[in-house]
Amino acid sequence: MSLSNTAVASETRWQAVCQAGDLVADSGVVVWHEGEQVALFYLPGQGRELYAVGNRDPRSGANIIGRGLVASLGATVVVAAPLYKQHFCLQNGNCLEDQTQRLPVWPVRIRGMTVELGQRLR
Amino acid sequence: MQATANGAQRARLVIVGNGMVGHHCVEQLIERGATAHFELHVFGEERQRAYDRVHLSEYFTGSCAETLALCAPDYYSRHGVHLHLGETVLDIDRERRELVTAEGRLGYDQLILATGSYPFVPPIEGSSGNARLVYRTLEDLDAIRAAAADARRGVVVGGGLLGLEAANALKSLGLEAHVVEFAPRLMPVQLDSEGGAALKARIEALGVGVHLSRATQSISPGEQYRYRMNFDGGEHLETDLIVFSAGIRPQDALGRACGLEIAARGGVVIDSQCGTCDPRIFAIGECASWNGSVFGLVAPGYAMARNLAARLLGEAADDFTGADMSTKLKLLGVDVGSIGDAHGATPGSRSYRFIDEANSAYRRLVVDASGKHVLGAVLVGDNSYYDTLLQYAQNGIALPADPAALILPQGGGAPALGADALPDSATICSCHNVSKGAVCAAIDSGCGDLAAVKGCTKAASGCGGCAALLKQVFEHELTARGVTVDKSLCEHFAYTRQELYGLVRVEGIRTFGELLERHGKGHVGCDICKPAVGNILASCWNQPIMDPALVPLQDTNDTFMANMQKNGTYSVVPRIPGGEITPQKLIVIGQVAQKYDLYTKITGGQRIDLFGAQLHELPLIWGELIAAGFETGHAYGKSTRTVKSCVGSTWCRYGVQDSVAMALRLEDRYKGLRSPHKLKFAVSGCTRECAEAQSKDIGVIATDKGWNLYVCGNGGMRPRHAELFATDLDDETLVRLIDRVLMFYIRTADKLQRTSVWREGLEGGLEYLKQVVIDDSLGLAAELEAQMQQVVDRYECEWANALGDPEKLKRFRTFVNDQRADPDVHFVRERGQRRPAAPLQLIPTHEEAM
Repeated sequence: MSLSNTAVASETRWQAVCQAGDLVADSGVVVWHEGEQVALFYLPGQGRELYAVGNRDPRSGANIIGRGLVASLGATVVVAAPLYKQHFCLQNGNCLEDQTQRLPVWPVRIRGMTVELGQRLR
Repeated sequence: MQATANGAQRARLVIVGNGMVGHHCVEQLIERGATAHFELHVFGEERQRAYDRVHLSEYFTGSCAETLALCAPDYYSRHGVHLHLGETVLDIDRERRELVTAEGRLGYDQLILATGSYPFVPPIEGSSGNARLVYRTLEDLDAIRAAAADARRGVVVGGGLLGLEAANALKSLGLEAHVVEFAPRLMPVQLDSEGGAALKARIEALGVGVHLSRATQSISPGEQYRYRMNFDGGEHLETDLIVFSAGIRPQDALGRACGLEIAARGGVVIDSQCGTCDPRIFAIGECASWNGSVFGLVAPGYAMARNLAARLLGEAADDFTGADMSTKLKLLGVDVGSIGDAHGATPGSRSYRFIDEANSAYRRLVVDASGKHVLGAVLVGDNSYYDTLLQYAQNGIALPADPAALILPQGGGAPALGADALPDSATICSCHNVSKGAVCAAIDSGCGDLAAVKGCTKAASGCGGCAALLKQVFEHELTARGVTVDKSLCEHFAYTRQELYGLVRVEGIRTFGELLERHGKGHVGCDICKPAVGNILASCWNQPIMDPALVPLQDTNDTFMANMQKNGTYSVVPRIPGGEITPQKLIVIGQVAQKYDLYTKITGGQRIDLFGAQLHELPLIWGELIAAGFETGHAYGKSTRTVKSCVGSTWCRYGVQDSVAMALRLEDRYKGLRSPHKLKFAVSGCTRECAEAQSKDIGVIATDKGWNLYVCGNGGMRPRHAELFATDLDDETLVRLIDRVLMFYIRTADKLQRTSVWREGLEGGLEYLKQVVIDDSLGLAAELEAQMQQVVDRYECEWANALGDPEKLKRFRTFVNDQRADPDVHFVRERGQRRPAAPLQLIPTHEEAM
């Protein structure tokens, strides 16, 4: 086995999911992507403007994360799940209150007028 | 020694006696893990497991043996403790270290005597049967009840604490009760003669006969009643039954029989570690005599039990060094308190006395020769002075310049001792023996709020009587440590909601971004400040909440103008003002519910809730509802919800005003008003109050002359009756006052604070609110009305606004790139409607990587 196995795949396969105009500033929308529900959060003017995490709330089992409130707690940008108000880090999907809860995250970018997702990270 | 399953040896520990102290000892042992080291056996002479003797008289007022029991029926077996009830211990064979009962013998390694006491019955000629009842056990009470069945009058011999309790019991059995006391006053141990006199007056006022300085010589058959008690002065008193409560004697028969050392006045002699002269035998509670004294209260017995349990398990334990016999009681409904040297027996002591013969109240404060310290006190009629006096007495706190002030009537209730004046040794919680020092230690070890202090120290978790004192100490200690109680809204705003409200109004701020930039930190905000600020902006300016700058502020319910339910779908509540609805509109609701297959339920606010709508269905549903003339009901907002009403004078034969018309007027005026928390209203057409207005934030009840206004009521978790605010108002004045109350609330309340909690925190209380709102003491009235009018004028149905704007409707898409509904939302049918499927069925199929 060579060390190259541990390196991150150099080439991300990007796929268009929606238009930039579908995003709502300082808030979330949800896209259907290869059988999964992905919540996209758009924070124009911030250090990082776009985040993509799973839409399913592990606590309730309902697909609602995209409808949560975006917040900053210290340096962490989070979304508050609408039903039980637990917070998930938008960067890595970790729940701040409960280590056993985690959201999957996707690389996400805007190319021209198109929003693109990479492969799910976890 | 007993072999356990794993071969370890457990010593056998036997407790003789299953009264309150014996039981407390078992509890203390179990709590400390004793069952790992001991095989525990408990013997109780009575058939009933340990019960609360302090509240014995409740046995006659609704309590049964089971509710008086001190533990669950399986408590002993669950912890592997062998409980032998109804099995009297006959003898202790100290040589062979065995107990002897009627069932046989049982060896012991260690033995605890907790046999308690028995009532002393003076030898009186002719006393037997119903003329020789006692008041100690449940069996005794059964006997009293049986004797009372065909009796009219009952006498208690003994005017002490237990005797008065017994008199209360006779009274609750419907008997004419009398108390006969040998001493010249009631409660001779705890009270002085003036205190006894005040208590006598109070008790006689309750219809209980009190006969002092009477020694019963003999009992003979009576003429009017069954028995005649003949007193030594030649007088007599007839009665149908006699209960003796002339003191207790230690139940030390077992100790005597096996040769343990017995005190001169009875009781097994113990040292400060509860040890007897036999190193394997201990004694606790009323059967034990420490330093020549037997302690007939439960608290010293508990202290002995606690100390002994700790010591048997090798833990550090306090020595028993006597007990403070100060007591605070309610006897026959009368407050009685006695602290320390109540009689002023200490040489050089001086007393302050307050006597109120009109109300039979009495207070005495005994101070030392220097006049600096409290030695004792007597209270009859009002125990609100007790706690402070006890702290002074127990902790040697220096008295104020005018000690009499401590017992004189105060305008604002009894004077309280500031938390700062208490020394560290001051007992805060006597149930769990928590000192002020322990509370401070808990704060120092990191307990940052009151709940943490309670959890850590157990203070205020017993009877709860010390909760207010604990809070006072806690807050004082925090301040003393330089901790200012942080009232910042969140990490982004170092202001309270009230302060932010002021900034928004004064500076005319219209957006969250503007406020954050001028007065906050960071660029994003959080789920605390965003909805709070969104709410303030709406209260001030009443812009449509779907405006792009406001959308990101709202919680999901406000964002989508519907209430999210557990499976992520929404419920929809159209406004039905005053609960009045035409058949045609009712049909429309039914048709919409049928079309979208919505679960339908009537709400408590006289409207209809439609459940189970998905995000993309909301505009379709609202399109149909608005076309039929409905408006949004704001069930999702911190805002006006409903104005409930009865049909009033239009239909009801009792109604005196048109409550429906008034409800419609109020609901129309205040609909869309955003406030710190939801607002509920009701209007009743007459004093029968069918609309339950007194449980609402704003309640209106019709009178012959107009309307009575009630404010700040609350149902829900912590119900609070609304308070009468103004009476016989005409329509215009009513509306004006409501305008002012609500706007003042919106300006000054904390976030998510209902009117009830706001009102309770309002310094100056209801009177202050009246001054501001009715008398216009702050000169605010016109401004408050104008602000309300501005909100009213800007009202617009949020759903109508959203439906007219394609940009806003874009938000109501389950997926922005796909037309499908959420495939994970599943329903099942129940009672003819659909409801969410069980959680298990909700879990999506693409689970593998989670």
